[in-house]
Amino acid sequence: MTSIRSNPRAAAGLGVLGLLVLIALSAGWLAPYDPAAQVGQVFGRPSGSHLLGLDDGGHDVLSLLLYGTRPTLFIGAAAAVVAVLVGGCIGVVAGYFGGWIDGLLMRITDYAIVIPALPLGIVMAAVWGTSIGQLVLVISLLLWTSTARVVRAETASLKNRPYIRRIRGLGASHLRIIGRHLVPQLAPLLSAMAALTIALAIFTETALTFLGLGDPSTVTWGTMIRFAFQRTAMSQGAWWAFAPPGIAVSLVVMCCYWVSQSLEDTLNPRLRVAHLARRYFEVRGS
Amino acid sequence: MSRTGHLIRRLLATMVTIYVVVTLNFLLFRVLPGDAVSNLSRVPGGSPELSAALRRQFGLDQPLWEQYWIYLGRLLHGDLGVSFTTQEPVGDRLMVAFGNTLPLVAAGLVLALLLGLVTGTLAAWFRGGWVDRLSTSTAIAFYSVPTHFLGLLLILLLGNQLPTQGMHDEFLIDPTWAARTADLVRHMVLPVVTIALIVFGQYTLVVRSSMLETLGDDHVLTARALGAGPVRTLTKHVLPNAMLPITTLVALSLGGLIGGSILVETVFSWPGAGRAMYESVVQRDYPMLQGVFLVLTISVVTLNLLADLLSVRLDPRVAQ
Repeated sequence: MTSIRSNPRAAAGLGVLGLLVLIALSAGWLAPYDPAAQVGQVFGRPSGSHLLGLDDGGHDVLSLLLYGTRPTLFIGAAAAVVAVLVGGCIGVVAGYFGGWIDGLLMRITDYAIVIPALPLGIVMAAVWGTSIGQLVLVISLLLWTSTARVVRAETASLKNRPYIRRIRGLGASHLRIIGRHLVPQLAPLLSAMAALTIALAIFTETALTFLGLGDPSTVTWGTMIRFAFQRTAMSQGAWWAFAPPGIAVSLVVMCCYWVSQSLEDTLNPRLRVAHLARRYFEVRGS
Repeated sequence: MSRTGHLIRRLLATMVTIYVVVTLNFLLFRVLPGDAVSNLSRVPGGSPELSAALRRQFGLDQPLWEQYWIYLGRLLHGDLGVSFTTQEPVGDRLMVAFGNTLPLVAAGLVLALLLGLVTGTLAAWFRGGWVDRLSTSTAIAFYSVPTHFLGLLLILLLGNQLPTQGMHDEFLIDPTWAARTADLVRHMVLPVVTIALIVFGQYTLVVRSSMLETLGDDHVLTARALGAGPVRTLTKHVLPNAMLPITTLVALSLGGLIGGSILVETVFSWPGAGRAMYESVVQRDYPMLQGVFLVLTISVVTLNLLADLLSVRLDPRVAQ
């Protein structure tokens, strides 16, 4: 936690994410127009009354962007929670019990990890359907593998620490050891993975939506980019129809990345040591 | 011995993965509501007899496992079925599409790797300084931008100077071979740059952290203590060791590269495998969709195997 406070990027990342959650909650209150209503001319330029211009249907882009925060963040967070839960459970069970359970679970993970995510997501979404619930399911099924791998490695190294052995010697049950002693130790790792998975989930949502596999009845940042592309915003030069949602997605992904990175740095201080960093020579030389 | 053992284990694992993908490809499409026939028999004057005849013709009246055997048998003969939209064999269409995708992805990968190696090494070398901050921030920025959004931005910025659609200019009159190639290269610039920019960020970060990890190793300190200069230390003692995670990274990023090429080809109307996948989604052309998915996945899995074997060549300890 201290490292997050001393790390300006991580602090900025958390701050922006918090702000976006607030925006999502108060979108109805902040948005200047009804996002579904035609309030001006098609592809109208940004102006005083429409700060980010108008889209292909004459809707206010700023209002769409504010309202779009809700489903976008929801899909990202929900898919990340499911993915990290699934991956975490598989990782902990495999790492803790070892033996054939480990072999079986990690074999399954190995098979799943090499299948390219977007093509598999496209096929699943095309077959199953594209409501928000189905999208969350599809995206989480694509993203659990890396969490499972990382958590397994960490669990396998934790379970042989002397204190865990002693607790086991004192007669603690498996459930108690995992729940009371392993999971708290894994918490920073799990949150780092969750932050990264939120970013990947939002990414995947925009990609699937761009390919026509999003929920057409909801306005997300992904659908905004899709409609702008499909309905000739490019040939009209209407950059304002797709740039705001694109920048918003990039911003969220960047913030999630910073947060996850600083958590990971805390876990792996070895990366801070380098015998051949430029600075090291200077210190040495002086 | 252990190396052969590793080779055999990896080969077996790859074959099982491919088998799982093939089966998944069969099962996923069998949970669809209705089947191919319910759509095809919706012609004027279509009768239940017609549906039944079509079902017999497609083998859909057989039990599921029987269909599965037929599917596997046809697949082994390279028969991927017939496209719903063009009535051409899926295999033939895929050959053309993959032929168009390969140069795009390969050029993007090489460009990204060059960029990533240079910026990653510089960042690790000038660790903590402004070069490091600049190159990691750039890397993270490009890592964060959605592929299709970057493509659209590039069209907006450079769309006036460079072609943004397709592979060829259809209006060239009797082009010579050179003119045609130059035209193709011009059409390739924007999609290739998009692919490269999307992946290079990831490469920079991994090259940087893998260099840093190696820079902290004891043997580097020893080399320094024995009087090796910075350049010699870097090229002789750090880079060779840091290459290993980079090989693994390239293999792991192949899936993302393929995913990226689907988006890039959609944005730039490049007639490749990714565009074929997009079109088959839009047109609900399931045999085509199945075919693209299968070939994409099998090529990524196979390339992963090759990368793994390469990393064993580079560092035999991996096999143990």
